[in-house]
Amino acid sequence: MTAAPRAMTTRRLLFLLPAALFLVLSGAFAAWLLTGRDARHVPSALIDRPVPAFSLAAIEGMDGVAGNRGFADADLRGAAGPVLVNFWASWCIPCLVEHPQLMRLAREGVPIFGVNYKDKPEDARAFLARHGDPFRRHGADRSGRVAVDFGVYGVPETYLIDRDGRIRWRYAGPITEAVLEGELRPRLAALRR
Amino acid sequence: MAPELGHFALALALVLSIAQAALGLVGAAQPRGRGAVLMAGSASAALGQFLFATIAFFALMASYIASDFSVENVVQNSHSAKPLLYKISGTWGNHEGSMVLWCLILAMCGAAVALFGRQLPPTLKARVIGVLGLIGVGFLAFVLFTSNPFARIFPPPPDGRDLNPLLQDPGLAFHPPFLYLGYVGFSVSFAFAIAALIEGRVDAAWGRWVRPWTLAAWVALTLGIALGSWWAYYELGWGGFWFWDPVENASFMPWLLGTALLHSAVVVEKREALKVWTILLAILTFSLSLLGTFLVRSGVLNSVHAFANDPARGIFILLLLLLVVGGSLLLFAWRAPALRPQGFFAPISREGGLVLNNLLLATATATVFVGTLYPLFAELVLEAKISVGAPFFNAVFFPLMAPLVVAMAIGPLLPWKRGDLAAALSRLAAAAAATAFVALLYLWIAGSALLLPLLAFTLATWLAVGTATELSERIGLARLPWRESARRLVRLPRAALGMTVAHLGFAITLAGIGGMGLAEERIALMRPGETATLAGYAIRFEGIGNVAGPNYVAARATLAVSRDGRPLATLSPERRSFPVAAMSTSETAIRTTGFADLYAAVGESDANGATVIRLYHKPLAPWVWLGALVMALGGMLSLSDRRYRIGAPARRRREADSEAAAHGAAPAE
Repeated sequence: MTAAPRAMTTRRLLFLLPAALFLVLSGAFAAWLLTGRDARHVPSALIDRPVPAFSLAAIEGMDGVAGNRGFADADLRGAAGPVLVNFWASWCIPCLVEHPQLMRLAREGVPIFGVNYKDKPEDARAFLARHGDPFRRHGADRSGRVAVDFGVYGVPETYLIDRDGRIRWRYAGPITEAVLEGELRPRLAALRR
Repeated sequence: MAPELGHFALALALVLSIAQAALGLVGAAQPRGRGAVLMAGSASAALGQFLFATIAFFALMASYIASDFSVENVVQNSHSAKPLLYKISGTWGNHEGSMVLWCLILAMCGAAVALFGRQLPPTLKARVIGVLGLIGVGFLAFVLFTSNPFARIFPPPPDGRDLNPLLQDPGLAFHPPFLYLGYVGFSVSFAFAIAALIEGRVDAAWGRWVRPWTLAAWVALTLGIALGSWWAYYELGWGGFWFWDPVENASFMPWLLGTALLHSAVVVEKREALKVWTILLAILTFSLSLLGTFLVRSGVLNSVHAFANDPARGIFILLLLLLVVGGSLLLFAWRAPALRPQGFFAPISREGGLVLNNLLLATATATVFVGTLYPLFAELVLEAKISVGAPFFNAVFFPLMAPLVVAMAIGPLLPWKRGDLAAALSRLAAAAAATAFVALLYLWIAGSALLLPLLAFTLATWLAVGTATELSERIGLARLPWRESARRLVRLPRAALGMTVAHLGFAITLAGIGGMGLAEERIALMRPGETATLAGYAIRFEGIGNVAGPNYVAARATLAVSRDGRPLATLSPERRSFPVAAMSTSETAIRTTGFADLYAAVGESDANGATVIRLYHKPLAPWVWLGALVMALGGMLSLSDRRYRIGAPARRRREADSEAAAHGAAPAE
């Protein structure tokens, strides 16, 4: 006789499942909002710390073409001024949005080191051929290992690195016109001084 | 004056929505007949809320049309030199204005139920209106307290900051209204589900009332998503049409689940089975619509589409989400176990097919959901930063779609209750033969074994021929004289015809996706006078010159297209830059034959006039959106079925019964 009520209880619990799952979900949202996180301004534990050690091979098929080589953390330190490290992928639309800004920076002579994140080499090559290539060097991070070391939230993401190879600023999300003028340029200018 | 009027109207709408909710829900709870006056008051409040929401919306639009730069919202999103169409579309091209549109559509849904729900039992109708009123309270309060679009600014600046140029486009001007019609339209199905849970009763009649509302919302959402994807194709300038961006996913999830709801409501209507599941689907579909709103506006997920973020808004929408979704799911946990399962059926049957459809669509929704929200959870729980992109979605989503399409051709051939799979499959011999033929033809012509196009083409053929088989059997094509077949086709229930058309539409979209996979491209640095060839076309770059638009300047390239020496067309892609918004966009030029697109976009040029020209040849590209249009048409056909028509005669019940008998092609019903 106990089987029937137990079945009933199980049934009731089953019906509670959607509500319980939703509660977990909204708990996560609340945690996100109340801790004041913003997907675009994720604080990085690496601010003012040296860039993590890494070494990246060039995007397959671009090695040696017009000076394209992979790069390592040491390459970021050698430059005369601040440099940018930009994580991007051909499958990422926000990357397309920030692309004109990167092109402009490149034309102005700001060295940008591109890390191609979890991408197929042929797609990456096609993207650069289509939209132009703002990068001084190309690294291919197919496994996403280097991105983990940098603490990349998602692509696109950009790191500003000073002469001594320290991360001074990071931006998760596309470098839009407003971000470029309002946040990136003043910092670049300050670091050049 | 207009902004104050609008603000005041919005406040009145809030008051009326409170009355609508209270009168409707309290009135329906009164013992027999006592609540009639209250319930009538609730319906009137719904009409009033619609009136005032309309006034508020048009007051905002008037400020935009008049370029009233004393209104902060107009300053942020408009400019006096902007074309009229985009002044109008600027009304909903921003967070505040789009929320007013949301409220307007919600109020319209409530008013529609109040006006056209004469066939509904009075208490059910009052509860549906009451629940819609409750949702209205939440959203109107959200607009008034956190996102007031009517706020003034002093001193008014001489001109506005212009609407994001990417949004200044005819396709995108109408994308949001359709999308919101879809999102908000699902609130009616949701309200029906809540009302049914309160009443503790779900029957065939309930299924018949829910379906037209779901269908209407689904049609609007289909069109809205198609418009958005079409815009991405011709505006973003690199030929893609779907990017699995979080905000795209936010609109795609309600569509997938809404499609499931559409089908499971049929089972409730015809067989009184799957009731609990259908209720849950109705709740979840609307919940996903709300979740989409939350994700876009709270800054929780990172996307190009995102509106200006504000944590206070995020908290408010989260609370709203908690009340609406959490509350309804708790109500579900409390009341739904009392709904006894009914209408048993064998696994191989029409119902069984629809259950499979629901399982696959729900799983597909879940994968999109997980992919979209995983980065958030990974960061919170694992402290890891992860991004999920197209590779994940393509790898997981398409394998789920394949069995769905296979079943889509078989399901309609199965009778209700119990079917014979072997018999159904034997009727699909023609479809199988056509599919094999297309597969071989593809391998022979394309000579490559690109898996995605092969899969898409074969599935599309299978679905199209299978669906056509079902239709031709039903109208006795080739078996009966032509005239008799035509007569049967005309007299076919519109709902059945709608299903056939919508399924054919899906086949067309699938074929289009396959064609996109075969696109050829050529990216060349061209000097004026040079010629590039692509897919048999010769494209000569004539030169590039500057053109002035109303609020932009453009570099326009001229490309002369010819084939075998015969001139065909001139393509003029542009690169526009908008000085006020300090942005540039790319206007592609597309020449379509209906079977393929020749697509050109212009990139950077150097001092000597050498310009990067991107050319694509995309077979079957227009079919992607044509198919969506046909799907929506199928939905509208189904919506015009006489049993949904307002004021349908009293014999509707009898008619529905005889139709149900006619539906299964097999004898024993």
